Amino acid sequence: MRIAGRGLDPEGAALAFSFDGKRLSGREGDTLAAALLANDIRLVGRSFKYHRPRGILTAGSEEPNALVTVGEGAGAEPNIRATVQELHDGLVAVSQNRWPSLERDILSVNDLFAPFLSAGFYYKTFMWPRAFWEAIYEPIIRRAAGLGALSGQPDPGRSERAFAFCDLLVIGAGPAGLMAALTAGRAGARVILADEDARMGGRLLAEREEVDGAPGPVWAAGIVAELAVMENVRLMPRTTVTGAYDQGSYGALERVGHHVPRAEHLPRDCFWRIAAKRAVLCGGALERPLALPDNDRPGIMTAGAVRAYLNRWGVSPGRAVAVFGNNDDAHRTAADLCDAGVKVAALIDAREDAETDLDVPFHSGAVVTGTKGRLGLTEITVTKGGNSHTIQADCLAMSGGWNPSVHLTCHMNGRPVWDEDLLAFVPSPGAVPGLRVAGAANGTFSTAGCLAAGITAAKEALGELGQTAPDIAVPEAEDRPYHIRALWAVPGKARAWLDFQNDVTVKDVTLAAQENYRSVEHMKRYTTQGMATDQGKNSNVAALAVLADATGRTIPETGTTTFRPPYSPVAIGALGAGAEGPGFAPERRTTSDAASRDRGAPMIEAGLWFRPSYYPRPGETTWRHSCDREVRMVRAAVGVVDVSTLGKIDVQGPDAAAFLDFAYAGTMSTLKPGRVRYGLMLREDGHVMDDGTAARFADGHYVITTTTAAAGQVMTHLEFARQVLRPDLDVQIASATEQWAQFAIAGPLADEVLGAVLDGGFESTGWPFMSHGAVAVGGVAARLFRISFSGERGYELAVPSRYGASLYRLLVAQAESLGGGAYGMEALNVLRIEKGFITHAEIDGRVTAFDLGMGRMVSQKKESIGRAAAGRPGLLDPERPQLVGLRVKEPDQALFAGAHLFEKTAEAVRVNAQGHVSSNCWSPTLGTHLGIGFLTKGPERYGETVRMVDHLRGAEVLCEVCHPVFFDPEGGRMRD
Amino acid sequence: MGYSGLRIIKEALTSQRGWKPVWRDPEPKPDYDILIIGGGGHGLATAFYLAKEHGLTNVAVLEKGYLGGGNVGRNTTIVRANYGLPGNSEFYSHSLKLWEGMERELNFNVMHSQRGVINLFHSDGQRDAAARRGNAMVNQGDDAILLDREGVRAILPYLDFDNLRFPIYGGLYHPRGGTARHDAVAWGYARGADRRGVDLIQNCEVTGIDIDNGRVTGVQTTRGAIRAKKIGIVVAGRSSQVAALAGLRLPIESHVLQAFVTEGLKPCLDHVVTFGMGHFYISQSDKGGLVFGGDLDFYPSYAARGNPPAAEHVMEAGLALMPMIGRAKVLRSWGGIMDMSPDGSPIIDRTPVEGLYLNCGWCYGGFKAVPGSGFSFAHLIATDRPHAPAARYRLDRFATGAGLMDEEGTGSQHNLH
Amino acid sequence: MRLTCPFSGDRDSREFSVRGGAVLERPEGEWSAEWDAYLHLRENPAGESREFWYHDPTGTWLIVTRNTVTHEVLSVEPAREPG
Repeated sequence: MRIAGRGLDPEGAALAFSFDGKRLSGREGDTLAAALLANDIRLVGRSFKYHRPRGILTAGSEEPNALVTVGEGAGAEPNIRATVQELHDGLVAVSQNRWPSLERDILSVNDLFAPFLSAGFYYKTFMWPRAFWEAIYEPIIRRAAGLGALSGQPDPGRSERAFAFCDLLVIGAGPAGLMAALTAGRAGARVILADEDARMGGRLLAEREEVDGAPGPVWAAGIVAELAVMENVRLMPRTTVTGAYDQGSYGALERVGHHVPRAEHLPRDCFWRIAAKRAVLCGGALERPLALPDNDRPGIMTAGAVRAYLNRWGVSPGRAVAVFGNNDDAHRTAADLCDAGVKVAALIDAREDAETDLDVPFHSGAVVTGTKGRLGLTEITVTKGGNSHTIQADCLAMSGGWNPSVHLTCHMNGRPVWDEDLLAFVPSPGAVPGLRVAGAANGTFSTAGCLAAGITAAKEALGELGQTAPDIAVPEAEDRPYHIRALWAVPGKARAWLDFQNDVTVKDVTLAAQENYRSVEHMKRYTTQGMATDQGKNSNVAALAVLADATGRTIPETGTTTFRPPYSPVAIGALGAGAEGPGFAPERRTTSDAASRDRGAPMIEAGLWFRPSYYPRPGETTWRHSCDREVRMVRAAVGVVDVSTLGKIDVQGPDAAAFLDFAYAGTMSTLKPGRVRYGLMLREDGHVMDDGTAARFADGHYVITTTTAAAGQVMTHLEFARQVLRPDLDVQIASATEQWAQFAIAGPLADEVLGAVLDGGFESTGWPFMSHGAVAVGGVAARLFRISFSGERGYELAVPSRYGASLYRLLVAQAESLGGGAYGMEALNVLRIEKGFITHAEIDGRVTAFDLGMGRMVSQKKESIGRAAAGRPGLLDPERPQLVGLRVKEPDQALFAGAHLFEKTAEAVRVNAQGHVSSNCWSPTLGTHLGIGFLTKGPERYGETVRMVDHLRGAEVLCEVCHPVFFDPEGGRMRD
Repeated sequence: MGYSGLRIIKEALTSQRGWKPVWRDPEPKPDYDILIIGGGGHGLATAFYLAKEHGLTNVAVLEKGYLGGGNVGRNTTIVRANYGLPGNSEFYSHSLKLWEGMERELNFNVMHSQRGVINLFHSDGQRDAAARRGNAMVNQGDDAILLDREGVRAILPYLDFDNLRFPIYGGLYHPRGGTARHDAVAWGYARGADRRGVDLIQNCEVTGIDIDNGRVTGVQTTRGAIRAKKIGIVVAGRSSQVAALAGLRLPIESHVLQAFVTEGLKPCLDHVVTFGMGHFYISQSDKGGLVFGGDLDFYPSYAARGNPPAAEHVMEAGLALMPMIGRAKVLRSWGGIMDMSPDGSPIIDRTPVEGLYLNCGWCYGGFKAVPGSGFSFAHLIATDRPHAPAARYRLDRFATGAGLMDEEGTGSQHNLH
Repeated sequence: MRLTCPFSGDRDSREFSVRGGAVLERPEGEWSAEWDAYLHLRENPAGESREFWYHDPTGTWLIVTRNTVTHEVLSVEPAREPG
């Protein structure tokens, strides 16, 4: 019910919205919850387990009941708190966890079976028969559980992430936060003031209080206006600081696009990573409900929420409101209701000695022991000294006292401490380094106290940063003391809810204690207390008190409450913003990328790079057609492929040779300038990390290559070797992968291509196999290496990257004119398998040089990384699978990489497995399927027939073990 | 007191008055045959199998905090037997079989749900590696199916098949893999051990290990000295500290692994799915929360909490792989202390101290191992002989280089897993 | 988490990768118990810990002293003095 003339925006424009298809009208400035209450809608949701009818309990993000789905179609968003969602024109909200309708929910039968669904009942049944769990019980439980539903489609909206930096982060813009920000702002510090609410002012917006003679909201607006014009202050409304992390890192979620009709230009959320030198938590306090019998009906809410709806939004949640509490604060609610002309049906104070000046039915020393009303409260029962009577009321405002918002102080394992006067946990000082707590969050509940604490906290924080804050007078404000008497659960036969959403009642907690789940952690996990979307903000303290009572311990003896990030839930779409689709990882493209795509090559991912798979020509219908042709082309004429993705590292310095001797298993110091050598790099654990070539340019200058996959890893590894292991060596290394475009030219006609491309033509004399030198292409200085990964006469030509695109087109054109052309990764792979060259399919991180048959490449004449570990007896065990070639016995059969190898007649089970196939291909050169793999004692078994078994692909193939070099074993084609 | 549906009905009609404590809280006795240090999943399972399989009940479990408060209560609940290397193959295969009989063995519903695990792959090379692992699974007698892209689409239509940066080539499907209710596993083993006479001692921190002449004689604790003939250390992330009490230095480094759960949602994800390019795994709990995680934070830590960069990586992977979860909201994040071994595989072995046994190095995969680890560790302690499926989990494999089990192939050195 | 790199100043941990406990005395010669200890055995302290961190943008290896229980960073030093 809207109260005319009340609220902060009494003249706010009307906004149309709908709830469960009903067309309704609200007011600008409303939350969805306020607008629903203004329309006298009390039933807004169903609870998790019993599907009990539920209404709005609070006026903040801690709301456990009023969760709705907002929006339609793919962008529909479940589990939105109606108490946080700002109303906008055209807003569409739908209730959740009910079927077919909110009023008539079939699963509300669960409530009738509640005695059978006690805490942890599911651990004790549903065990028979075994197969029924997945088939019957679990699907039923899953369907009944859950809250809202995801749309099942990608969200058409997007979010963002950003970084921010400040001297002082002020969390919460109530009286304490505003004064802290003002103090630091006037001092010139870089300040961020973040507040969860759309409007800054905190509790002042919900109360009828004056600060410095002005109404609280007016005073707050004045401070905000002053802060807004300070260049060193950033105001971040609608921003929840969600987590406190190490070294002053904070996470914060800004709701950017939720309060307006969907606008394409706005992200939904922005997740901020804030680096703050100091922080002040001024997060206020949250009011506790009371665990009285049947306390979960729509119309029962916290007293502070009733005041917020009344004073801020001009809405009374009921026409006859009963107020029940155990502390002074309850009386404020009754006073505000009277002031607004709303009928106070009763003011019930559990304290015997409570008094009131208000002209309302007053019951001191009494408690509410029951409620009625199926879909909304109609009546309460008040009991005093054994006498009970009923009172008609459609709203019950309850106040069980206030809990300081200690949550962020728990995020780094800080444990709050129990305050016996406040009957609440307060933060332990220093729980988060660099963070202070001020105001209600620190247990200071008077407005005057909060204002003063904000100033003090900011001054202290700035003092630590060496900044001086000007003196600021503490504004005049209410300074009432806070009195409370312990009252957690009102005894009664009916269930009394603690965790409203998860349907955890006082009886569940006492049952947990009875079953000896006495640790607070056991109780929580057994009953699911505190595991709901409010993470126990409304219920943990009361549940702890009930557990303490049930186990005969005090609250501090029983345990404490702790909270983990985030403070309030954050969408995955915000935390991972930008990672959708191609945004997940950078795309690296070679200089020949466009040319390859122009030729229709399918591009495949190679780490972050894209590389051409093959180059289809007219008439070729499968990748194999193209691949086979490209292989034959390289073997018969010439092919060109971009190899720029291989890592290139420039190594320079007087000790470059000594350094590479240390880094490689083999010896690089004996390499002559102008020559290239193949090498293995081991990890310190003796296994092969990578392979590549080292080319010596001068005594103190090498260029080494790595595989595409390991380029980054090798660079980090070499820097470790240089800086940590061998700081004695005078050597520098730099990655040159991006700086050079490099192309392999392979095939019998490679010289002809070079002759046409290089300045001054090309004469192979003076370019023996494994040599390199300087050449020029079109006047551009270039590097030529005579190396081969195909087994053919081959070169790699490198030019500065900016010339890569044109050189590639030039090389391919020349190759085509000679009957050759471009080849892709598929052909490259076949060419290297035919030659038994290894890639990371073989170097899988678990193999040694010994396994590869390269044990002798590990020089024993010098120290190198991994040499000692490679000498462990277990790594030299002759039984280890070692590299072999595999050739199918029947020509039409294929090998499969990933299949395992067995003796010819052995059963294909683990204990008989003798190795596996690591690479396989159809060899157009040899006209057969080939494979390379690892086989126990492999090199001793050439000529033996073994069986390849691939259970997954249904293949069993006999194959002959052979040397892994299938083609041109003498190597004459590449060498001569 | 047995648990059953009938019992639930009876108690419902008598105000639940008949439910008895799930376990006792005995005072520690001065002397036991066997002490198990660590009341997590592995320790409780060890105690249970000592009693059940070996008839050894003069046993106490010493727990610093509350039972099941370690990694068994803070993981992503995945249960699977999809390893590729000898040693792990037979161990996890055995463990999965124990899972399949756990509810009857314990008379406790741990909600073991064999909903299927699908590991996605995103290149030909990853497919071959998945096939190699899947073939090893079948060799071992477990189940594995190699799905192609369309096969994955048929089961997981909500993945991003159109725009994902690393396209989905297929998946390795392990139908017997799944999830379980993690706390229930700890409680079920605790209850089972307690009912067989094992003393479960909570709030009892071991502060010293007494050794006489190279042989253990007992422990010092915050609740007094306790003598014992044999002692098993099974304390996960705290292994280094407890082993140090016996003068041992372990090949273990403790790291933080974060995990996340969203608010409850109606069923939308029926399997366990892992993303081969993004360190991401996810399932949906029976309560409706999406439970997921990723890689380590990578700095050594005992804080049981992580930092945003690792968390955001996980979210990025999830959002990229399955855009439909974008509006699911992360409700809670937490961290566990992982006992990382150099090769990523565990250790179940004797130690150089006679009567002192070690069970550690579970890295981030200890939950699914709970029954197998308990069974094998109990066997080792009871018989002084390694249990066959765990015989390769030797402490000396790093020194000898024999039988290293580096499933990821990233190296048998610290901090590469 | 943030670290103060001696060369680059106050930086977000996103710029770094970690190699774990810093063991500096690398043995020489053939495989031995010292090698085993160097490669595998760790103090793994619950408290003050020395670790290798790598600052990716500058390619600098650092020795970071930090507390593994509180995550407090006590010092950040270059593994090798520049030069």
